[in-house]
Amino acid sequence: MSATFDIAIIGGGLAGCSTALHARLKGASVILFERGRCGGQASGVNYGGVRQQGRHPAELSLSRRSRTIWGSLQQLIGTDCEFAATGHLKLARTDVDMEDLIAHQALLGEHGIHADILEARDLTRRFPYLSGRYAGGSYCGEDGQANPRLVAPAFAKAARALGVVIRENCKIAVAERAESGFVIRPADGSPAISVRRLINTAGAWGAEVAAMFGDLVKETVMAPNMCVTEPIPPLIGPNLGICGGSIYIRQAAHGSVIFGAGLGVADAQALRARPLAEVTLEAAAAAVEMVPHLRNVLLLRSWTGIEGRMPDGLPVLGASPTVEGLFHAFGFSGHGFQLGPAVGAVLAELSLDGDTRTSISGLAMDRFAPFAVPAP
Amino acid sequence: MSTTAVIIGAGPAGMAAAEILVHAGLHPTILDEGDQPGGQIFRKPQAQLQRPLEKLYGFDAARARRVNATFASLRSKIDYRPGTQVWAAGNEILHLIDDSGSSVQAWTHLIVAPGAMDRIAPVRGWTAAGLYSLGGAQIALKAEAAVIGRRVIFAGSGPLLYLVAYQYAEAGVDVAAVLETGHPFAQIARLPALLSGGRLFARGLFYMAALRKRGIPILTGVRLQEVIRDSDDRVTALSFRHRGMEQVESCDAVALGHGLRSETQLADLLDIEFSFDAVQRQWLPKTDQDGRSTASNIYLAGDGLSVRGSEIAEASGRLAASALLHDIGLPAPSKVERDRRTMRSAARFREALEHAFAYPHEEVAALPDDVVVCRCEGLSAGAIRQTVERCGEADINRVKAFCRVGMGRCQGRLCGAAAAEIVAAASGTTIESVGRMRGQAPIKPIPLAELVRSRP
Ligand SMILES: Cc1cc2nc3c(=O)[nH]c(=O)nc-3n(C[C@H](O)[C@H](O)[C@H](O)COP(=O)(O)OP(=O)(O)OC[C@H]3O[C@@H](n4cnc5c(N)ncnc54)[C@H](O)[C@@H]3O)c2cc1C
Repeated sequence: MSATFDIAIIGGGLAGCSTALHARLKGASVILFERGRCGGQASGVNYGGVRQQGRHPAELSLSRRSRTIWGSLQQLIGTDCEFAATGHLKLARTDVDMEDLIAHQALLGEHGIHADILEARDLTRRFPYLSGRYAGGSYCGEDGQANPRLVAPAFAKAARALGVVIRENCKIAVAERAESGFVIRPADGSPAISVRRLINTAGAWGAEVAAMFGDLVKETVMAPNMCVTEPIPPLIGPNLGICGGSIYIRQAAHGSVIFGAGLGVADAQALRARPLAEVTLEAAAAAVEMVPHLRNVLLLRSWTGIEGRMPDGLPVLGASPTVEGLFHAFGFSGHGFQLGPAVGAVLAELSLDGDTRTSISGLAMDRFAPFAVPAP
Repeated sequence: MSTTAVIIGAGPAGMAAAEILVHAGLHPTILDEGDQPGGQIFRKPQAQLQRPLEKLYGFDAARARRVNATFASLRSKIDYRPGTQVWAAGNEILHLIDDSGSSVQAWTHLIVAPGAMDRIAPVRGWTAAGLYSLGGAQIALKAEAAVIGRRVIFAGSGPLLYLVAYQYAEAGVDVAAVLETGHPFAQIARLPALLSGGRLFARGLFYMAALRKRGIPILTGVRLQEVIRDSDDRVTALSFRHRGMEQVESCDAVALGHGLRSETQLADLLDIEFSFDAVQRQWLPKTDQDGRSTASNIYLAGDGLSVRGSEIAEASGRLAASALLHDIGLPAPSKVERDRRTMRSAARFREALEHAFAYPHEEVAALPDDVVVCRCEGLSAGAIRQTVERCGEADINRVKAFCRVGMGRCQGRLCGAAAAEIVAAASGTTIESVGRMRGQAPIKPIPLAELVRSRP
């Protein structure tokens, strides 16, 4: 058997690549296995929204920590990955929505996150390109956006530069418990690796890896339907969202407007995801409804990706409830991009220090106990 | 299950397929983004610009007349939908845009015949005003009876270069020169294969002779250097090297083209498997000899399957339709064996042509760092090379993700071939192993408002 590592990571998405870097920074020897290319799945093809606002209370501590890392990417990995704190504006259709936003503002405040509640007339004044049909909104100035294509590869590159071994195009077929840790067997037949601790950041395939150890949870897939337009002169400042979900819109620095609404289709086994034309049509209508100026802008491309979804819409993050030395972080249910950097920091702490200062209690896997039988 | 046969593309391939289906008693739907049937080759001018077919199509006039007649006889038996763009495709459904908005078209059997588009090798200054693609120059002439300039240089490679130059000369334009980057007749070894093209080959020689007779210089083995522009970015001349000599030829327009490349985005959206064609240096959809794709009930024909010209396109259209009929248990009214033979015998000629008029891939791979390759995103050859070096990437989709090559309005349809050559050379790997840019809907850019407006 070849080398022994302190930590092995299965899955080179943002969660896995960030874990690799943070664990290495703490001095551990680390190997990461990625079936395809780092950032080739959800982490590389998502919408690029980086927001704390609108998150479930169980995620806010993690999200807050992630925001700090987003702000220091340049120092951490040598590039800002086009992260820009353009603000995130969440719009309310009705007065009831407004009440929710006000309640959420208080919750954000408890985590040290500041948001401004805006009335309809503030919207017209500050964001004149919005259609006039909103009751108001909540603006979080430190939220924003980033270029998803760059982030996970940049984390991987930084980790590799510090000595992390990154094995791309290397699927892990079997991972099993051994005397003092784990044995990992790549599907390509290359020699098995023994490691002390194992971290499962396999995204939409996370439950599959967890199941190798009898940690059974039900994870399905989702495929947010994304669209991008030709570049236009600067128009939309903040990343836009709306109460109750549906349409979200942002404009990237080079001018393209990116928007999403609804779901395409994904097949996790065939590694294939497709946007749906009818969903694209609905998204286009919703985008134009929110920002009427987009009417005459050209749609260039639509796409989607394969994302893992948990039954309650919250990720699994934490130690395995049954196997010592095993840690899971998967099933981000459509909003794990912003969380990714902190997920890595937290997993490094959990696996190396045995504890973390970030509150993640609401994300433990055993919230699903007794574990549901996974879908075949 | 009843059959809803839909044909995408009303060019020679699609029309030939329609004819077979109609004769078998089907009532196919033909979708085409053009306003008139006939595809690129038989593109007709708007009514007020009609000219005699002989003038428009030259040698192809007789075929043009036949195609028109065929179309007229089919007209009442097909659901012909001009001005209709297929922008997305999936299982059993096509998504369409036309003047009145977006709509859907169901299908049980699909013949995909979307043709080809210009293949371009970028050269310094190629984004100047007054530079047109060869196909664009021809469309201007055929469909709008317009010419791209008063003194025009035709540069690039391939049979179309001579044909369009000839058509321009016939239209009274001052053709300054025809600059061929290939060495069409350098390889004597290929001559027999070229001669197997018979009539087609003879035609090529005819165009050359006719151009020469007018005193138009035809230079081969040319290395294009720069499209020279004035301060308004308008073309004023073209510089090139020929037999080691630097030359500059003045002009007010350039038509540039290096043959054609298949339109393959539909096949991509339909999940058809692709394979690499080393001769055309392009990934092409896989089919059997009759055009059956790897996806069930989907057939491919014409230049969209492989660039082989209009006569082969017709044969392949008939074969695809016959395969479809066979698959639904109907006899095919065409002489399938004869068409297969046509295809086989043409293959040798086409391959020789592709070698004789090769894409100048070495020149493209060696483009100076500051020459723009991806015009939509303003990316130079150097920017692409740096991305390869900085990221250690040799996969075209990864390079695309990191530097945005092919992410603009053309979605890589124009720059993709050149970008792939540069990536391959910069990373020391083969063009095949850099892979291909994936097609994604919409196939061509569409204003959001048009998508939003649904057909009443
Ligand atoms: C279209 C889309 C839009 C989204 N928009 C946003 C957004 O705006 N904001 C936001 O915060 N989130 C967004 N998300 C969600 C976000 O992208 C994901 O939550 C996040 O990237 C998940 O990261 P990950 O590392 O867990 O998973 P992934 O990025 O999927 O990484 C998991 C990796 O594990 C690898 N793997 C799996 N099994 C094995 C094995 N056996 N051996 C080796 N490797 C294996 C996979 O190949 C994959 O690369 C979006 C998601 C999608 C798909």
